[in-house]
Amino acid sequence: MTFPDETSRADDHAGQAAPAPPRFSPLRTIRRYGLAVVTLSFLAMFTGMVLAIIVANIFSRFFHFATLVELFHKPLVVAAMKLSAVTSLTTLGLVVLFCIPAGYALSRYRFPGHAVIDTIIDMPIVMPPLAIGVCLLVLFASGPGRWLGERMDAVGLDRNAAAGIVLCQFLLSAPFAIRAAKAAFEGVDRRLEDLALTLGCTRWQAFWKVALPMARGGILAGCIMAWARAVGLYGPLMVFVGCVRGKSEVLPNTIYLEVSTGGIEVALAATMVMIAMAGAALVVIHALAGNKRWWGL
Amino acid sequence: MIDVLDIRLTAGSFQLRKASLHVRAGEYFVLMGRTGSGKTLLLQCICGLLHPSAGSIAIDGRDVTHLDPRDRNLGYMPQDTGLFPHMNVWRNITFSLRARGSRRGEAAGLAMPLVEMLGLAGLLDRDCRDLSGGEKQKVALARALACRPKALLLDEPVSALDEPTRAEVCAELRRVQQTLNLSVIHVCHSLTEAAIADRVGVIEDGQVQQTGPLRQLRENPATKAVARLMAVGGALE
Repeated sequence: MTFPDETSRADDHAGQAAPAPPRFSPLRTIRRYGLAVVTLSFLAMFTGMVLAIIVANIFSRFFHFATLVELFHKPLVVAAMKLSAVTSLTTLGLVVLFCIPAGYALSRYRFPGHAVIDTIIDMPIVMPPLAIGVCLLVLFASGPGRWLGERMDAVGLDRNAAAGIVLCQFLLSAPFAIRAAKAAFEGVDRRLEDLALTLGCTRWQAFWKVALPMARGGILAGCIMAWARAVGLYGPLMVFVGCVRGKSEVLPNTIYLEVSTGGIEVALAATMVMIAMAGAALVVIHALAGNKRWWGL
Repeated sequence: MIDVLDIRLTAGSFQLRKASLHVRAGEYFVLMGRTGSGKTLLLQCICGLLHPSAGSIAIDGRDVTHLDPRDRNLGYMPQDTGLFPHMNVWRNITFSLRARGSRRGEAAGLAMPLVEMLGLAGLLDRDCRDLSGGEKQKVALARALACRPKALLLDEPVSALDEPTRAEVCAELRRVQQTLNLSVIHVCHSLTEAAIADRVGVIEDGQVQQTGPLRQLRENPATKAVARLMAVGGALE
């Protein structure tokens, strides 16, 4: 029995020799699928390593859910969490304030020294964080830095506590957001801003109504990346601000202090809190960037 | 209506060289020229996106040479429509009204007649990225007309469309121009599009070579460039 369409198809091929099914060839198979297999294997290995580290820690004998709960009842740890939250969110506010105009200027204007400034902005990204901590320490110990430190002290900004932490976090995290903002603005066709001018906008209005909303996803993703970097900083803070419990201790310091005093369970619980925060930041980044593929849509 | 007198402009290696143009009130004027002849630069000078280094531009007798684009009150529609992808159709159409300070209700009152005239009522909530080429052109046209401009500048408005849609949009443009009694400068390099014009101008190498009815340009071309363009256009047709 044949269906009508099968008959017609058979008629179409009448008189032609049916193509022979290809024989299995290992070389052809490697050529066809080799690249995919190799690249996917490396991808799987790295993803597996990251997941293995997290899972191994969760199921290790040092991790207890009760310790994690207790963490939220320890005044010094809670103080560190609060300081982490306050300083990193203050840094985030400053990063937003700076990255939008700086990113826009870098993407839209060509001026003498553009390439140099572009490179200088990248320096905190490529410099070892500890080196920035040392630079800040030396700056505030001499010359105009000392004068600036005294002025900060005079207005109640303690550079050995929250103010110093914010300064350090800002210097090290803002470049990520500026770079992201620059890329986001470069993705916005400048002609759309010009068109907005012909539709009755001033340059400022064209920026607020066209460029900024269109670059929003990339800017927000960059800002959250910057926040994640800020909240996880440890080395430069230890050098520039120091670590006094209850005064200048942020969550990464807590982990270090607990490890150094043998409190591995508490350190691991604090680590889990930071991993959860990092995970949440990544989810927010992808949500804000409108990355539908990430959600499987 | 629009008087462009001896304007000069250097953009990279290209120059507008004493380009002059006169478009009458209520006239549909087609400006033709080969790619790279300076059509778009001239249009951008008129709408204020570029400022000429010499010469003057007047609209209704008022010198606007040094005014910002928003103060010229001209509608401008670029080649790729330039719809804002982060706004839906309605927000695109009312953009110029809102930018000039109209309240939501006031903007709706001004934009709705245009929406109805162009048959866009069913598209208002749609994402601009999901529209067909012809629909995008109509939305861009409605947006350019929303603030009741004195003249409309169209930069190759139908070049990206297929032939049937191109004819349909051209007819629509002409109908809208006649309904609103607008002055229109329509930039293109197709004689088919030029056929809808009251007058045609030919620009070559940054200079307007000749203006007049299409028949006159065909029968009595003033320069070799005009003759070449008319012949090539004819051959293409």
